[in-house]
Amino acid sequence: MSLETIVSSTLSPHMLSAFAGFVLPPGSTSIFNPAGTPAHSIFSLSMLVLSITGGVFVVVGGLLLYALLRYRHRTNDPGSNEEPQQIYGSTQIELSWTVIPVLIVVMLFLATARIIFATQDAPKPQNALDVTVVGHQFWWEFRYPKFGVVTANELHIPASDAQTHTPAYLSMISADTDHSFWVPRLAGKTDVIPNRVNTMWIDADTPGLYLGQCAQYCGLEHAKMLLRVYAQTPADFAAWVAHQQQPALEDPSVAEGRAVFEHNACISCHTVRGTVATGTFGPDLTHLASRDTIASGSVPLTRDNLHEFIANPASFKPGVLMPPMHLNDHDLDLVTDYLMTLK
Amino acid sequence: MSDAATIPQNETWTLPSRGIVGMACLITAESAIFLIFVVAYLYYVGKSLTGPMPREVLDLPIFTSICLLSSSATVHFATSALHRAARSATTLWLAATVLLGAIFLGGTAVEWYHLIVYDHLTIQTNLFGTTFYSLVGLHASHVIVGLVLLSLALIFSAKGALTREHTNRLEVIALYWHFVDAVWIVVFTVVYIVGR
Amino acid sequence: MATQTAPLPLTEPSRRPATAVLHEWITTVDHKKIGLMYIGYALLFLVVGGVEAMLMRIQLIRPENHFLSPLVFNQLFTMHGTTMIFFVAMPVLFGFGNYLVPLMIGARDMAFPRLNAFSFWVSVFAGFLLYFSYIGGNGLYGGGGAPDVGWWAYAPLTSKVFSPGHSSDYWTLSILLAGIGSIGTAINIIATVVSMRCRGMTAYRMPLLVWLYAVMSGLVLVAISPLTAAQIMLLLDRYLGSHFFDTQAGGSAVLWMHYFWIFGHPEVYVLILPVFAFMNEIVPVFSRKAIFGYPAMVAASVGIGFVSVSVWAHHMFTVGMTSAGNTFFVLASMVIAVPTGIKIFNWLGTIWGGKVQFRVPMMFSIGFLFQFLIAGLTGIMLAVAPFDWQLNNSYFVVAHFHYVIVGGILFSLFAAFYYWYPKMTGRMMSERLGKWHFWLFLIGFHATFDPMHFVGLDGMVRRTFTYPMDRGWGHLNAVISIGAFIQAIATLVFVYNLVHSYFKGAPAGPDPWDAWTLEWSTQSPPPAYNFAVAPTVESRRPLWDLKHPEDPDTLYE
Repeated sequence: MSLETIVSSTLSPHMLSAFAGFVLPPGSTSIFNPAGTPAHSIFSLSMLVLSITGGVFVVVGGLLLYALLRYRHRTNDPGSNEEPQQIYGSTQIELSWTVIPVLIVVMLFLATARIIFATQDAPKPQNALDVTVVGHQFWWEFRYPKFGVVTANELHIPASDAQTHTPAYLSMISADTDHSFWVPRLAGKTDVIPNRVNTMWIDADTPGLYLGQCAQYCGLEHAKMLLRVYAQTPADFAAWVAHQQQPALEDPSVAEGRAVFEHNACISCHTVRGTVATGTFGPDLTHLASRDTIASGSVPLTRDNLHEFIANPASFKPGVLMPPMHLNDHDLDLVTDYLMTLK
Repeated sequence: MSDAATIPQNETWTLPSRGIVGMACLITAESAIFLIFVVAYLYYVGKSLTGPMPREVLDLPIFTSICLLSSSATVHFATSALHRAARSATTLWLAATVLLGAIFLGGTAVEWYHLIVYDHLTIQTNLFGTTFYSLVGLHASHVIVGLVLLSLALIFSAKGALTREHTNRLEVIALYWHFVDAVWIVVFTVVYIVGR
Repeated sequence: MATQTAPLPLTEPSRRPATAVLHEWITTVDHKKIGLMYIGYALLFLVVGGVEAMLMRIQLIRPENHFLSPLVFNQLFTMHGTTMIFFVAMPVLFGFGNYLVPLMIGARDMAFPRLNAFSFWVSVFAGFLLYFSYIGGNGLYGGGGAPDVGWWAYAPLTSKVFSPGHSSDYWTLSILLAGIGSIGTAINIIATVVSMRCRGMTAYRMPLLVWLYAVMSGLVLVAISPLTAAQIMLLLDRYLGSHFFDTQAGGSAVLWMHYFWIFGHPEVYVLILPVFAFMNEIVPVFSRKAIFGYPAMVAASVGIGFVSVSVWAHHMFTVGMTSAGNTFFVLASMVIAVPTGIKIFNWLGTIWGGKVQFRVPMMFSIGFLFQFLIAGLTGIMLAVAPFDWQLNNSYFVVAHFHYVIVGGILFSLFAAFYYWYPKMTGRMMSERLGKWHFWLFLIGFHATFDPMHFVGLDGMVRRTFTYPMDRGWGHLNAVISIGAFIQAIATLVFVYNLVHSYFKGAPAGPDPWDAWTLEWSTQSPPPAYNFAVAPTVESRRPLWDLKHPEDPDTLYE
């Protein structure tokens, strides 16, 4: 049993959550609330680190406090005007307080190295899901190469269960500036950089929604480049994939709205599979209405929000790269209704 | 002070020349700058997406390199001459140094003319162009500064204004010049040998 | 020795015309005047940088706030970081170094007085150039002028494509010039320390402050230069179309990161070494004991200098380096904790067995000791790469480095101000106001930077102009923001103390603290020539030997 597991199982879940809850309600993005294998191993290691550093603080801080109190200058003492005995050093003491920190460093280093290699060089299991992540200013593109699925901002992965471990292997690259993929409860972050493919893997213990956001300053709307990871049961995930593989739903009642969409510049930036819209600069909208949010997770998907966003994207995210489309009210309503049918 | 002086007052207390120390510090800083450009050069070797490639367009600048490296010897002779108060020898050796340095610069200019006009290699062309012109250009700018300093010294020497008391100052300039030459050895190796 | 016996008139109002005084200061090459100008300049920008911080904290006081637009916020965090590092911390530390190093080695001035003046004025110009960007630049999306790329200016965000206009250029040029000024001062300090020491002052008799400034200057030479080189490359990319950081042409964004952090990490050691220097002078005097373990302190300082150039990529644990690469930088970053820890233990050893006087300089020093200890420990946490994979770019990192810079460096600077102000002006600062300053600042500092660790652990990302409502971060952010205001008030108390004491402070005399290094042997303020007779020394604490002829340090060294 590794040192950090011993420490973390002694200390952690109850004490830390209790403490964290005292200071802060354990949030949906706390690193002390791990829900995936990388996050768990980091958590265990962090417990070890916190114990050691906490111990050092108590010892050294305690000695400092003691020295300051015990050796304070008392004016009513006899001999208070004399200087204290001058001591220039002590080889013995100085040696011991060199050796002990070196030993602590060695121990901490070895524990750390183990986790680094275990996480970064973990062999890829056969059943791993491959996802390509492309970071954009200011949204996330997700491609599932083996399924032919392209979506945006909301990443769906199958959750692991007791028997089968199903990680998702992310190959990440940026289309413009530096970004960083961070979903704290699942794993540490990895930067998303242009002209460089970085890989990381995540998995989820239980189905659920895991929040995160871009963690490398990428420009004006960095703060609003949020992440949502939906871990689903294998059955639900398969159903989601099958649905996403379909081309866009055709609803004759919104044919007029679809015509407005296809006759405007929308199609040069967006893709709606099965139609003439094949632009790749902006998010794929084929199944837009199956998502919970728009504007990279920053507002919920409702008809009103979508309407406002299309009219003036800068109202939610000033500096977002989609320009206002200057549609008249009638066309705007039609397009909004059309997009809301793209489930 | 107390009577028990550990340093008798009649013993000498000598410390290194501040000019040399200052120049050594400047050389340290400049070396770090050059190192960064060299690292960029080496990192980008073979990574250009388009041509021309070094092998296609670079010839070894043997003659100009010999000139530049010899100028280290001539400037050394100049400082020795000044130390001996041999004024005309100083002027002569300084003139030789400036001439050799100027030949080097001229050679670089000719090389760049060929690369730009005939080989169509500019700093914008590809990663090779970017790293080549910046590294060689950085070195050339240091050569220019050195030549300015040396020319001033030459003018003063020719006018008879340099005396033996100025030896230390000439040594400081010479130290800078030796640095410039040493950098050229590194740049030559990286650009014309390793990088080709 | 040049101890003054006749009392001198103090700070008489000058009867010379203002233009003559101005001319004297603008053309001076005297290290003391230049030092004071550096310090005054830094204080001005401290207020500016502080206002920038307070504006950001108002925006962040509650979630989804609309006090500032994203562009203005992004400009503010860029300008705040750049200002505080390059136009507050560097100048104030160079100012103290300029003032103290020649005095402490018994010299008349720095080795190159004119280079000294040049370095100062280049730095001044650089600071004003940065702020001119508000008027002269055009930022991202053509709105506003100040740079908004973060103080690290990562590529390719700084390329012409993503930063049109001139805002990034103002950042680049001003830092380039400030760097030239810093390199000039570093050359000067090293040449002074090597070549201008008074008779008898061997290397092992130099005050530790002189050692630390020498090591710091060496570090400046090898650390600032990489940034200068990278900035030249950035300018070439932006204006001559080169491709150093142009990912479309095969260039590398990570290369900029390496270059920046090869500068950036040693830079923080550049900032902390002089602070160690102040502590090495102040803690012994107020504990009434010699520094514990002088040779170990020298070795630790030099060791820190060397190791600090090998740890830079611990700022890059998340960019996708190999496991071997990550592991190396973990090891190096932990190794540097050892000599740093040794220093803390040596200060503890100095206090132990002493007679501690809780005057204002010592109070700030004690604050430094505890806060720097905590900062070092959170640094070790961040050195554990997997932990950093979670915490990098979160508010935990912001909390860590502000603990170092504010809790460590600024507290120690305050101590240095109260300690050396009497020497520089001939007057004591008010103890009463000093204590108000200390307690207010302590409370404000902890109110701001303690909770910041927790929001970081909870997943709050840095450099964000706002945060979502549903994360529960609003209350702690409100406390953080209030703490900023308390620190601002404390700083105002300090500035008032500085000004008021100049006119009304008690006369200080040459040696108000009963200290032991050479600067306390001249008048306060020192005459232009520093020492009437060049001193000769035989130990590390020449004034201790004078005051205690029965037990001089020469017996123990």
